[in-house]
Amino acid sequence: MSLSNEVMTELRKDYIYNLMVKGEREDGRAFDQYREITIETNVINKAEGSARVHLGDTDLVVGVKIQPGTPFPDTPDMGVIITNLELIPLASPVFEAGPPREDAIELARVVDRGVRESGAVDLSKLCITPGEKVWMVFIDVHVLDDGGNIMDAASLGAVAALLTSKLPNKRYDLGEDANVPMRDVPVAVTAVEIGGSIMLDPSQDEESIAGTKLTVTSNQNGAISAMQKSGVHPLTTEQINYIVDIAIEKAKEIREKFLVI
Amino acid sequence: MTKPEKLIENGIRLDGRKPDELRPIKIKVGVLNRADGSCYFEFGGNKVIAAVYGPREVHPRHMQKSTSAVVRYRYNMASFSVEERKRPGPDRRSIEVSKVSREALEPVIFQEYFPRSAIDIFVEVLQADAGTRTAGINAASIALADAGIPMKSLVSACAAGKIDDTVVLDLNKDEDNYGQADMPIAMTPEGNITLLQMDGHLTRDEFGEAFELAKNGCKAIYELQRAALMEKYASQMEGDVIE
Repeated sequence: MSLSNEVMTELRKDYIYNLMVKGEREDGRAFDQYREITIETNVINKAEGSARVHLGDTDLVVGVKIQPGTPFPDTPDMGVIITNLELIPLASPVFEAGPPREDAIELARVVDRGVRESGAVDLSKLCITPGEKVWMVFIDVHVLDDGGNIMDAASLGAVAALLTSKLPNKRYDLGEDANVPMRDVPVAVTAVEIGGSIMLDPSQDEESIAGTKLTVTSNQNGAISAMQKSGVHPLTTEQINYIVDIAIEKAKEIREKFLVI
Repeated sequence: MTKPEKLIENGIRLDGRKPDELRPIKIKVGVLNRADGSCYFEFGGNKVIAAVYGPREVHPRHMQKSTSAVVRYRYNMASFSVEERKRPGPDRRSIEVSKVSREALEPVIFQEYFPRSAIDIFVEVLQADAGTRTAGINAASIALADAGIPMKSLVSACAAGKIDDTVVLDLNKDEDNYGQADMPIAMTPEGNITLLQMDGHLTRDEFGEAFELAKNGCKAIYELQRAALMEKYASQMEGDVIE
């Protein structure tokens, strides 16, 4: 990072921190308020399912490709889900080309865990011939513009895309196309800790100065399916309990508004 | 192994433990000659070894920070540490584990004492049996102290989870494979949480229960870490009479 960037960060850090002390955010939101969310599905015809998500300034496309493949030896009658996310240089001046770095890997793995561990997709219904052929579901997240909180936007996009995805049975002479068997609708909610305060859905500036992030993914019945703390600042038990409670509540709101099966 | 019919029966787990019981722990401080600090940590079936080098020069140079040390953490699994041979080298999982483990330890290290230098932590998993990242953090925390790196406190880590709808402490491999949730945490003795991950299925109440259980596990491990360091250094301190 160049020197001017570092100086800018320090100035902005002060600015955002001082606002926070007054109970305010740069864009006027309440601490527990999300930015505007828009989700558009079926935006890519070649994909079996897709979604374009705007979360404030964050903009990304999720494409789902589904094709037959060989199951893993330890789960011969289960389909496979693979989530991938890359922070490509198109989306931010700080992203670089090349193999994915640890932050991109972490993002992808947390999105993946949210979808997988919630049992959102019934993998047993993705089996074509046990031990030989199953459906492989590839979820690819393309971040176009990093406006902060890629985690929640990517999770939303992944689930929205899965909800509209079709198994391409016709193409492989397996009958009529069918919906992807969905059992649950997990929603990830990310909070950041800045100087002891907790804010939801961090903007890019807030995220860059945050001491730590905590993502909580919860299901339709309010159970937690994945959590990830990211960042060097410790959290207290009270902060964690507060974030878990509010994340479950927010997830419910977001699900009811945007992800109806 | 196929899924056992029951993972817990009458409050006793398959390996004979109660729900709130840790697996046996064995700690040896200063097991390597070349490293500045090291620790061997056995946690049930996990065998890990941690080495700390530094503070030392940063290579590559562009990684150095002008106002503090950089902390680097490499978690690596030996190819023979697991049932199916693991392809050597970093994979996506070990990169993520390295990141969160580094972040679990960074808050206790006085990084600002050593600008332009590096503190390198290497954790090698020799045998894995669920809970390798927590074993690694426990070992690394002791190795940092053994290397004489100024620290605010030690960090202790352990997991809690859910098997057969029962919240339990410190899952072993079978419990992890066939259980319903796993949640590793790391904590300082003051109760600050420096690592928190979870996957599986926990209700809000179960989360609260598991969280408390895991924190108690960390407290117990802290006492063992402390005792292991005291064992190595207390005798030296006693003999160190200034005349």
